[in-house]
Amino acid sequence: MDYMTFLQVLDSTVRLATPLLLACLAGLYSERAGIFDIGLEGKMLAAAFFSAAFAYTSGSVWIGLLAGIVASLILSGLHGLASITFRGNQLISGVAINFLAAGMTVLVAQSWFEQGGRTPSLSGNARFDSIELPFADALQGVPIFGPLYYELISGHSILVYAAFAMVPLTWWVLYRTRFGLRLRAVGENPAAVDTAGVSVVGLRYAAVMICGVLCGIAGAYLATALQAGFVKDMTAGRGFIALAALIFAKWRPWYALSATLLFGLLQAVALRYQSIELGGFVIPVQFMDALPYILTVVILAGFVGKAIPPRAGGEPYVKER
Amino acid sequence: MDKMPKWADIVLIPLISLLLAAGLSALVILAIGESPIDAFTLMVQGALMRSAGWGYTLYYATNFMFTGLAVAVAFHARLFNIGGEGQAMLGGLGVAIACLYIPWPHWSLALIGASVGAAVFGALWALIPAYLQAKRGSHIVITTIMFNFIAAAVLNYVLVNMLRPVGAMDPASAKFPVSTHLPTFRDMFSTADNILFRGAPANVTFFLAVAACLAVWVLIWRTRLGYEIRALGHSESGAKYAGISPVKITVIAMLISGALAGMMSVNTTLGESERLILNSTEGAGFIGIAVALMGRSHPFGVFLAAILFGFLYQGGAELALWTNIPRELIVVIQALVILFTGALDNMVRMPLEKLFLSLRKRKA
Repeated sequence: MDYMTFLQVLDSTVRLATPLLLACLAGLYSERAGIFDIGLEGKMLAAAFFSAAFAYTSGSVWIGLLAGIVASLILSGLHGLASITFRGNQLISGVAINFLAAGMTVLVAQSWFEQGGRTPSLSGNARFDSIELPFADALQGVPIFGPLYYELISGHSILVYAAFAMVPLTWWVLYRTRFGLRLRAVGENPAAVDTAGVSVVGLRYAAVMICGVLCGIAGAYLATALQAGFVKDMTAGRGFIALAALIFAKWRPWYALSATLLFGLLQAVALRYQSIELGGFVIPVQFMDALPYILTVVILAGFVGKAIPPRAGGEPYVKER
Repeated sequence: MDKMPKWADIVLIPLISLLLAAGLSALVILAIGESPIDAFTLMVQGALMRSAGWGYTLYYATNFMFTGLAVAVAFHARLFNIGGEGQAMLGGLGVAIACLYIPWPHWSLALIGASVGAAVFGALWALIPAYLQAKRGSHIVITTIMFNFIAAAVLNYVLVNMLRPVGAMDPASAKFPVSTHLPTFRDMFSTADNILFRGAPANVTFFLAVAACLAVWVLIWRTRLGYEIRALGHSESGAKYAGISPVKITVIAMLISGALAGMMSVNTTLGESERLILNSTEGAGFIGIAVALMGRSHPFGVFLAAILFGFLYQGGAELALWTNIPRELIVVIQALVILFTGALDNMVRMPLEKLFLSLRKRKA
């Protein structure tokens, strides 16, 4: 494998890791506040459709992005209503949201565009363009660094850079602000937060809403930057891979970056090579597809490091009377 | 003291949830510019007014009974088995291996052999998540989700690289031998001059599913094991105190659950396609969640809910055929049922409890 191929694989790793990273950070906020969210997939899917639909009709990708975020926020609100206000089962609510998005997107897409559950392809201003970073062309001749800068670092859409910037931002919010401290506390011991006079319900709703915004961006990225338009079930399990990455990352932002890059790399390799030969032994492509899930089960089993979820995760908070 | 009479809990709450889901679905149909009444009439006509429609409805219901029972048994032990889909896929593999490599002389023996194969494979696929939950404390919901995806990869690999006949293009196994073909409803109920269930896939497996409902009822309410499963579901510490091993019961409950989910593929793989195909489960594993919630985890409730969803499935197919409403309407209805009977249960329950309390106060 020469240097250029290597760079191309890494480049597509970055593209494929971006939605995973955004969804993973989304889940991180929610689960750190004690709300399990297996509805990441559904929120991304809904956002993907509405961003593509609005970008197509308005001709502006920014309106599309906004619509995607709003759609995702509505589903987040539903999840909050079910799991915070009505203290229902968070997992069941997540399952319902996934199906709701899977069904509604196709239903609405068919009703609006009549193209068998997809949106028309986007072009021009209805898509996120790739951004040329300064001097990318000029530096291309520099050995090693030039192509690296041109191929890998430059030439992504703005959402990719935003996603990567979210990692230090999330770290800062969680570990260096009062809000972050309370958010983490409400996922570990909500009663203590309540005793301190801070609203558990308010904090958890805030976390769920942040989760909605990030899922919305992830979905919009899928439909308006990675691909040009919405197709049925286009998230293809990415929400669950993000969930796997979140466990793999042990609910921490920097680890989330490395976990999603790893899973993105697996996807990029599986996309480029149908099967890989390693020392006379052929690794089937199906194994590459399943590897993120297998790795997650191994991590969950606690044989390689232990992933300990937030202690109050999944439990509705009942104020003592 | 119970806040509500038992009948309200069992009948009224699911009914109200169902009405809410139906009402919202009607709004959705209105919003996409179709008439809900026409749609409902079409669904009833397509699914219930012809014997062939019933043949499809009951075929789907058979699948949902198995997957619904699978989720219900796990619910009794307070385990959420979301992996029915993967367990059913592997169950299909068990059916295929049993039918391709053993020369069955008669379909009845093949049915038994395929059921055993499906149950064993489904149970084994549930074993690892069960063990990890019981021994290592890994959350069963996450592991079973992961195992769904791993199952899809395994099935894909086995079909493409092992079971696919030489020269065939599509990822599917060879046809099962004719001696294993199950009698369909048409074979069973048609007379010479009156052909019923024409072309419908419902087959003898339906009765197996009904038997499974009865068996689960006996298991949960009439055996020691069932008592232990329910005890664990109510209180783990209480069960421990009574000398029940949580590890053992968790694993056994999940094995039964996985076996039931796996047996769904007897219906699809042996009964309908008569070969193993890639997407034989078609999401039935997930519909099991809605069916179990709707049926309040009771085998009779599961039976009724499975038939309801069978009707929705077949009716939805009719809608997709004759109107501009895509099949995904069923996914929306399914989501709403899960939402109202599962996640938003308290939204329906709280006002009802208040109502019954105030009624009782007035009487006292």
